[in-house]
Amino acid sequence: MVERTPILNFITHLVLFLGFVLAVAPFVIVAIAASHNLKDVNDVPMSLLPGGDFWVNIKTAWTTANLGPKLLNSFIMAAGVAAGKVVISALTAFSIVYFRYPGRTFIFWLIFVTLMLPLEVRIVPTYAVVANVLSPYQTILDVTGLTWLIEKVSGVQVSMSFGLLNSYSGLILPLIATATGTFLYRQFFLTVPDELTEAARMDGAGALRFFIDILLPLSRTNMAALGTIMFLWAWNQYLWPLLITTDQSHATAVTELKQLIPNVGGAPEWHIAMAGTLIVMLPPLIVVVAMQRWFVRGLIATEK
Amino acid sequence: MEKRVTFSRWTVGILFAVPQLLLIFTFFYWPAGQAVYWSLTLQQPWGGGNIWVGLDNFRSILSSADYWNSITASLVFAAISTGLAMFIALVLAALTDRQLAGSRFYRVVLIWPYGIAAPALALAFRFILAPEAGFMAVVNRMWPGFWDPGLDGADAMASIIAAFSWKYVGYNFIFFLAAFQAIPRSLIEAAAMDGSGVIRRFWDIQFPLITPTIFFLLVINITESFQDSFGIVDIMTSGGPANATNLMVYKIYSDGFKGLDYSGAAAQSIILMLLIVVLTIFQFRFIERRVHYR
Repeated sequence: MVERTPILNFITHLVLFLGFVLAVAPFVIVAIAASHNLKDVNDVPMSLLPGGDFWVNIKTAWTTANLGPKLLNSFIMAAGVAAGKVVISALTAFSIVYFRYPGRTFIFWLIFVTLMLPLEVRIVPTYAVVANVLSPYQTILDVTGLTWLIEKVSGVQVSMSFGLLNSYSGLILPLIATATGTFLYRQFFLTVPDELTEAARMDGAGALRFFIDILLPLSRTNMAALGTIMFLWAWNQYLWPLLITTDQSHATAVTELKQLIPNVGGAPEWHIAMAGTLIVMLPPLIVVVAMQRWFVRGLIATEK
Repeated sequence: MEKRVTFSRWTVGILFAVPQLLLIFTFFYWPAGQAVYWSLTLQQPWGGGNIWVGLDNFRSILSSADYWNSITASLVFAAISTGLAMFIALVLAALTDRQLAGSRFYRVVLIWPYGIAAPALALAFRFILAPEAGFMAVVNRMWPGFWDPGLDGADAMASIIAAFSWKYVGYNFIFFLAAFQAIPRSLIEAAAMDGSGVIRRFWDIQFPLITPTIFFLLVINITESFQDSFGIVDIMTSGGPANATNLMVYKIYSDGFKGLDYSGAAAQSIILMLLIVVLTIFQFRFIERRVHYR
């Protein structure tokens, strides 16, 4: 900064460089291993010079794990979660900030609590709900005696059942059901000057018009940040897709990695495994590099 | 903090919140309630509903050696990986914040690991740390039998810690750097004028000013180590060898979906939920002072 500290500067450069090597080494090793053939990849020590089989391995990994449709599934899920979050959180935050209605504080806390319990700790019952998404409502009807009443009156027995296993909605909806984005918007809406609202109302704008024409355009930065972070988060989900996609047609790229682990006793095909890993880690890496600004901003804003 | 100007048609206002409320009711509150119900009941083996067993599920969980083993493993994993990830990130962020030549470059690259899916990096680390190929094989050649995560529990634990810490160094780095950059330069310049060196300035000015971030990251890292570890454990060790890496979320998954013991899994979920809620409440007490809505 202001003083000359040659020794400290040297140490700084050295440590940062070491950190850089540690951060990048796994990527490099994966890429190099993906370019070897079966014999070279199992050499001890493995040669750090890239081999010539890169595209062959990529192709093998691509077909073995059937990555084409899986990447598409991952993309649909990630984009769906990002879009759903961006829209639904904006609506909710608007409702909480710009209206006064009975029970508003209660709704605020209802949403706030969802921040505390991540999907991973309540997977078993969430899975049961997704297997029949109408079961909560059926149970409510049963318990309150409405099923019995309806059957008496109309002769129809109510039994609602609608499974979401192996569907995009089943992948996406439970991941949207948290409060992460709502508070990002809330904090931002609270900084929007009241004069803007007053002016809009004086010009005859109703709530919906104000929301669409003024508030949303102002929130574009927040939307980009939230969208980026949610896209990455959803792309990297593992446990949830693993559970609810019992059928290959809806499996995602990340869950498919398991197929590539070399079997004990089988040929140690690490070169194929690494090629697959490279393919799966590339899309989020591209998003991080291209959207760095939004990524960092979104991360810091959503988590606090 | 409240808005002075609001819209009067509050029925419209509630409509805006309905989609979110429906979602969290169906996929959050109902399952959470269900977990409580299951944890207090036992499913009949041949169907026919659940029978009420009170706290029996909790009693049998808490008296099982496997469960305590899983708690110990989770705590060891949380403590070591959080410590490693935070310490390395803190050092790197502090040094990057000195803004010497090249710091912009580090600011970009050191973030990358956090973008990678846990299972993907787990597979990468599984190869890098494989005892027969990759890089630990070199060490094994020098000292045969030194490293084998497939047989030795401590080695397996070290592998998942390495993979998890690698990812979260990137995460912590982002927050530490943001915290360092939020410190007014004038403060540091003034201290430099008074003749304090780089290290003195770090301990007396920068470090105290980022303590809220340290507390915040401590809690986040611990909670994430409970959740985000699932993919790493599943790909790298599958909970083995001999349950050495059978962390809490992994045990819930294997008891619930492989062992089909919903009641036991639900009871474990409740215990984990309580643990995370306590941590979160602890976090908000510290965070409260840091968030500024105005």
